[in-house]
Amino acid sequence: MAAPPFSVLAMLRFILTRVSLIIPTFIGITLLAFFLIRLVPGDPIETLAGERGIDPARHEQLRKEYGFDKPIIVQYGIYLARVLQGDLGKSMITQEPVLNEFSSLFPATIELALCAIIFALVLGLPAGIIAAIRRNSIFDHGVMGISLAGYSMPIFWWGLILILLFSVQFDLTPVSGRIDVLYYIEPITGFLLIDTLLSDEPEAFWSAVNHLILPTIVLGTVPLAVIARMTRSAMLEVLGEDYIRTAKAKGLSRFRIVALHALRNALIPVVTVIGLQIGVLFTGAILTETIFSWPGVGKWLIDAIFRRDYPVLQGGALLLGVVVMSVNLLVDLAYGLINPRIRHTR
Amino acid sequence: MALVEIENLSVEFPTQGGIMRAVDGVSLKLEEGEVLGVVGESGSGKSVTMLALMGLIPFPGRVRADKLAFNGRDLLTISDKDRRKLTGKDVAMIFQEPTTSLNPSFTVGFQLTETLRLHEGMDRKAAERRAVELLGQVGIPSPESRLSAYPHQMSGGMNQRVMIAMAIACNPKLLIADEPTTALDVTIQAQILDLLISLQKERNMGLVMITHNMGVVADTAKRVMVMYAGQIMEERSADDLFASPQHPYTAALLAALPERSEGGRLATIPGVVPGLYDRPKGCLFSPRCAYATEHSRNVRPTLKPWAGGHIRCHYPLGDPNRDAEIQHDHPVGTEAAS
Repeated sequence: MAAPPFSVLAMLRFILTRVSLIIPTFIGITLLAFFLIRLVPGDPIETLAGERGIDPARHEQLRKEYGFDKPIIVQYGIYLARVLQGDLGKSMITQEPVLNEFSSLFPATIELALCAIIFALVLGLPAGIIAAIRRNSIFDHGVMGISLAGYSMPIFWWGLILILLFSVQFDLTPVSGRIDVLYYIEPITGFLLIDTLLSDEPEAFWSAVNHLILPTIVLGTVPLAVIARMTRSAMLEVLGEDYIRTAKAKGLSRFRIVALHALRNALIPVVTVIGLQIGVLFTGAILTETIFSWPGVGKWLIDAIFRRDYPVLQGGALLLGVVVMSVNLLVDLAYGLINPRIRHTR
Repeated sequence: MALVEIENLSVEFPTQGGIMRAVDGVSLKLEEGEVLGVVGESGSGKSVTMLALMGLIPFPGRVRADKLAFNGRDLLTISDKDRRKLTGKDVAMIFQEPTTSLNPSFTVGFQLTETLRLHEGMDRKAAERRAVELLGQVGIPSPESRLSAYPHQMSGGMNQRVMIAMAIACNPKLLIADEPTTALDVTIQAQILDLLISLQKERNMGLVMITHNMGVVADTAKRVMVMYAGQIMEERSADDLFASPQHPYTAALLAALPERSEGGRLATIPGVVPGLYDRPKGCLFSPRCAYATEHSRNVRPTLKPWAGGHIRCHYPLGDPNRDAEIQHDHPVGTEAAS
């Protein structure tokens, strides 16, 4: 009996199982975000008051106001209850709702992360494929050596070196920020590359592109290295398979064999790795955004740590966690699409 | 003009320990519509010989021959492009493991129509119609619904039928079947062999049946070539070969058939095929041969005409003087036995 080529029911069950796994992960993130920041020495109210200090009575009153006087378990309970109602709290510094701040900053982070992953894919996939086809050639050894270096390099050091070289020494790229201070772009989508195109200042687009180059390279380096290595090894494995010999015996062109018959199968493990790298990308974004003063979520979180801004940290970590989980879910679905053996089992 | 002409073919693979000679001076002629069985143990060079004919020897393997021609075309000087027009169209090949030989990421229909669209220039619709026809011809039930199936959804026997359908799609003049039944159930084996033979008769195509199973050869081939360690040991008509094998190796292979065993014990050939380091100076089979002598250990026999075929042996079994000759040359027997 021929099985139906695409079973909607199986797909639905797959999605539901994956979504139900999100719940424990979600609770885990709230636990981590809540307790870890409280382990950091320093009192948020003292930080709020600054160097002049604060008188003990007022300090006590504020502690009560924020609920810091209650037992920590109770505090967590209150926090969790609010989160479940969709209330992530307000920043202690700006008094803005955490969700609002996050959503106004997140497009900058997505823009950077997207550029970085595209950069990594556009260079990493072909590099890995060619390295596999020309195994043991100078190109292969070069790509593998460079990618090992890229993978091992600390992001902040790499970022500073690039700034020193291209921004300071050659004056080719700006040092920091998203766009030249000359321009003011009304946020429509939040993505500057799109907003500048929609505006009536075409130079602003190039300014935004210019500002993106170095952060993209810095953030994309690790995924690029991982994708290139993974593509190469997956490709090497696939090229030795029986069905590649069959494809050759059919008289197919070398290009068709590599680009269709081999790549389709080699992509299966690579897509998994790409999914994992997207999670890594957001962590990397925290460092990269700090180096380049990129006004995104990462920099916002780092600032929140220094200000002991508990609601921002908890809410930010939680929202980032949800984003990473959603991306992983999408990747798992994509995995099913390219791998018929996954799609049809059970 | 013969369909296939191979003269003095050698295939070598450089390894860390030296050069591995997988095929050693093989010559072969195949007429149109002829069925040839190629037999031998694992590592005897049967598959590599045919892969060389297909142009599928993987890098860094080296192919050398005095002549390598298919249907009058010289394959030694042919361009890659012209070669690709030939492979999959006029010469097709099926393999041992049908399930891994099909691409797991593409449907049966895609893989089948791909060949038709490439070599016959059909459009998608026409190719699909023809694919359904072909699947029916190889005995796949409800062929229309199979087009959208993936290889992992079908049994090994069904997959081998798909492989055969792919191979015969462009009416090849020659089909090479490399152990087509080894990975299949015994009941399915017979069905696949019957299918191959009936297709061969219908289309009068050349068929090379590579196998290590003498039983398969007996069922299918008119002429048999026995290979050992990359060399042809014996070559003659199947009837003669089974009735009176002339080479001690052929005789030992036949004696190892379960249906020919005597006294309830299965006969075996002691020892293994020589590898890169233990290649004998004389006859390659001499370390395992019950009739080996000082002479055969030191002097490699040539392939000579014998009893209507060819044989590479100093002392053919049908030679009336062989006992005397063996005595004269100081018999040593098998190494494995001593």
